[in-house]
Amino acid sequence: MKAKPRTAPQKGFNFDYLMWLFTRLSALAMYLLAIVGVTAALLMGARQNMTVADLMRWAFMPNPNHVASTNIPNLEAWKGIFWNVMAYLMLFFAGAHGLHGLSNVLEDYISRTWVRNLLRGLVLLVWVLMSAIAISVIMTS
Amino acid sequence: MGLKRNVGLLEGLRYQGKGPMLTYILHRIGGLSIVIFVALHILASFLSNHAWGTSVGILINTIYEYWLFQIFIFFCALFHVINGLRIIILDLWPKLIEYQREAIWIEWFVFLPIYGIALFVIIRGGLGG
Repeated sequence: MKAKPRTAPQKGFNFDYLMWLFTRLSALAMYLLAIVGVTAALLMGARQNMTVADLMRWAFMPNPNHVASTNIPNLEAWKGIFWNVMAYLMLFFAGAHGLHGLSNVLEDYISRTWVRNLLRGLVLLVWVLMSAIAISVIMTS
Repeated sequence: MGLKRNVGLLEGLRYQGKGPMLTYILHRIGGLSIVIFVALHILASFLSNHAWGTSVGILINTIYEYWLFQIFIFFCALFHVINGLRIIILDLWPKLIEYQREAIWIEWFVFLPIYGIALFVIIRGGLGG
């Protein structure tokens, strides 16, 4: 029996295209967030009190815990609503971008449709769960 | 690419894709490493906030604060960030795909100094300041 050929992806606005676009746009958004983070950190005294590695850690996720181990004397300016919003935005973009990437890589090596669908569901579940845990971490930091 | 790919792992590794293939593989390895690292990092922070999980949280913390691990994860993160920027630029201006090999050279020229600085700082800290 001949295997049924897989249908080619459709052109236009379908889920895969939207996620392809989201991957690029979320990456651009993360560059913007990181640039804002680095600029603000330099204005808040990173030049004297932080190493390059500390600065990158803050750029990847603007959480006050990332500054706690540096020589910054007062963490007041590194907390607050603005940095919380920045952290939530980074969490959303990085989480969706990363877990979509994970399912993308997995699907490259798996051809059975039901396994793919199962893994898609699992990755979605992991995304929701990890986001909830991360939100609770940001709220308590 | 069809569903039937009769290419084994070893044969696949011998594929002579050169520069572009190398960035593709490193982008994948880097991306997956970041996903695993960030997930563990979030879990460690979460566990450290609760009395019942503090010891596990601290265990994960000591692994990723170790300087050899930092060398690895900084490579993954910085390469993924800089290679991703090249991919976005080439995707948004498809005409530039003609110069993709030159773009990869520029990418390495940008990546190596930035990673070199981070490496210097991490190793200096790891060897005791």
